[in-house]
Amino acid sequence: MSLTISLPSVLSRLTDGSRSLSASGNTVGEAVADVTRRFPSLAPRLVDDAGQPYPFVTFYLNDEDIRFSGGFTASVRDGDELTIVSAVAGG
Amino acid sequence: MTATLTTPGARSRGAPTLDRNELLRYGRHLLLPEVAIDGQRKLKAGRVLIVGAGGLGSPAALYLAAAGVGTIGLVDFDIVEVTNLQRQLLHGTSDVGRSKLDSARDRIHDTNPHVKLELHATRLTSDNALTIIREYDVVLDGTDNFATRYLVNDACVLLGKPNVYGSIFRFDGQASVFATADGPCYRCIYPEPPPPGLVPSCAEGGVLGVLPGLVGTVQATEAIKLLLGIGKPLTGRLLLVNALDAEFRSVRVRRDPSCPACGTRELQSLVDYDQFCATSGGDGAGLDAVPQIEPRELAIRRASGEAIQLVDVREPHEWEIGHIDGSTLIPLHRLRDRLRELDAAAPVAVICKGGTRSALATRDLIDAGFGRVWSVSGGILRWSREVDADIPEY
Repeated sequence: MSLTISLPSVLSRLTDGSRSLSASGNTVGEAVADVTRRFPSLAPRLVDDAGQPYPFVTFYLNDEDIRFSGGFTASVRDGDELTIVSAVAGG
Repeated sequence: MTATLTTPGARSRGAPTLDRNELLRYGRHLLLPEVAIDGQRKLKAGRVLIVGAGGLGSPAALYLAAAGVGTIGLVDFDIVEVTNLQRQLLHGTSDVGRSKLDSARDRIHDTNPHVKLELHATRLTSDNALTIIREYDVVLDGTDNFATRYLVNDACVLLGKPNVYGSIFRFDGQASVFATADGPCYRCIYPEPPPPGLVPSCAEGGVLGVLPGLVGTVQATEAIKLLLGIGKPLTGRLLLVNALDAEFRSVRVRRDPSCPACGTRELQSLVDYDQFCATSGGDGAGLDAVPQIEPRELAIRRASGEAIQLVDVREPHEWEIGHIDGSTLIPLHRLRDRLRELDAAAPVAVICKGGTRSALATRDLIDAGFGRVWSVSGGILRWSREVDADIPEY
């Protein structure tokens, strides 16, 4: 399956400036692993040492929080969009 | 869905009348059937607390005041600095050095003298948050740190006060309405904060000056809608603002049944939020224990001929603003790839803007086997103040 991953601007410097990445996989976890293989410095900003999402980074698959649909095991379909939002505190 | 305010204060408080001057001032509101005289009287009866008179609080306070919100509370303890003026429109050049609350009072009074201001010149803490927030109908979160954001959230959940949330960083903003009767809270999205140092502050990473204007006015809009009981609130949605690509979109957020604040309700009182935010595990934990060197001591030792490698882990565009002669630029995110350029047997001093990134880098170098490594305390800003004033602050 092929999907698009949208990143916050703070992480785009780790992907050569791109905020939108193509990724492949059958689950959200596989898609995230696909982009972190290509951009290794992105990995520690998205997942912990066990490869699981941090509690301060939220993954929205087609605008729905994946924590309510199986987390990284959630299935993806061609054309899906995964939006990654990290906690920021600026005010 | 219509936003409704269920706080006891808003229900019991009688709607005040409007005098001739107010009718004229708010004429454009009175033409809106959704507002009209009854709505304007609701706004006048409304009490909104703004936590933080900074980037988000500035436009929010100005628009809430202009709109005729009767009572605005402001919580802040900072003084106005020149670096605030790029985005904090409550304050002007002549206000530099004054307290932000004094500056805000003058500016808001000029915007609308009918507004009653309640100034809370204090840091919001676990000891005073419930007492302060209890007196308001709506809370607007314009803080600049995770500890206060969790504090505001938990206090609002405990008191049943809507929390109009906004946050910004670089070109990205977020906004939502938390802690309504059926909606999610901040902890439902972010159960734990990032470890210290992992997510830079705006002071370290920068922010587009107009971005808090975009997000703060969204917050003001939501607060006004809540007071009026009109429209579709941002409850259950997180608005994402991408100023760089001119994109506004929202994602769905749900109440988490396991959320200790609004789900299980096991969180019955406020906690120590500095500790909560300092002890979360992960990449930034333990930065306090990183070896430090004072700028003056480093300068003296370098001047005496000691062969200390000086590594600047800022970004190239920061380096261009000013840097120390003889330092080597290796941005933090490139450090692990460029370790070979450094001599692990020789001492290394690492510097950044304020000391956070250099602490992370120092810890990485120690982990990589470097024996004598220090983070330069206070970064290039302190170096500029204490050693070399020719290097500009930013």
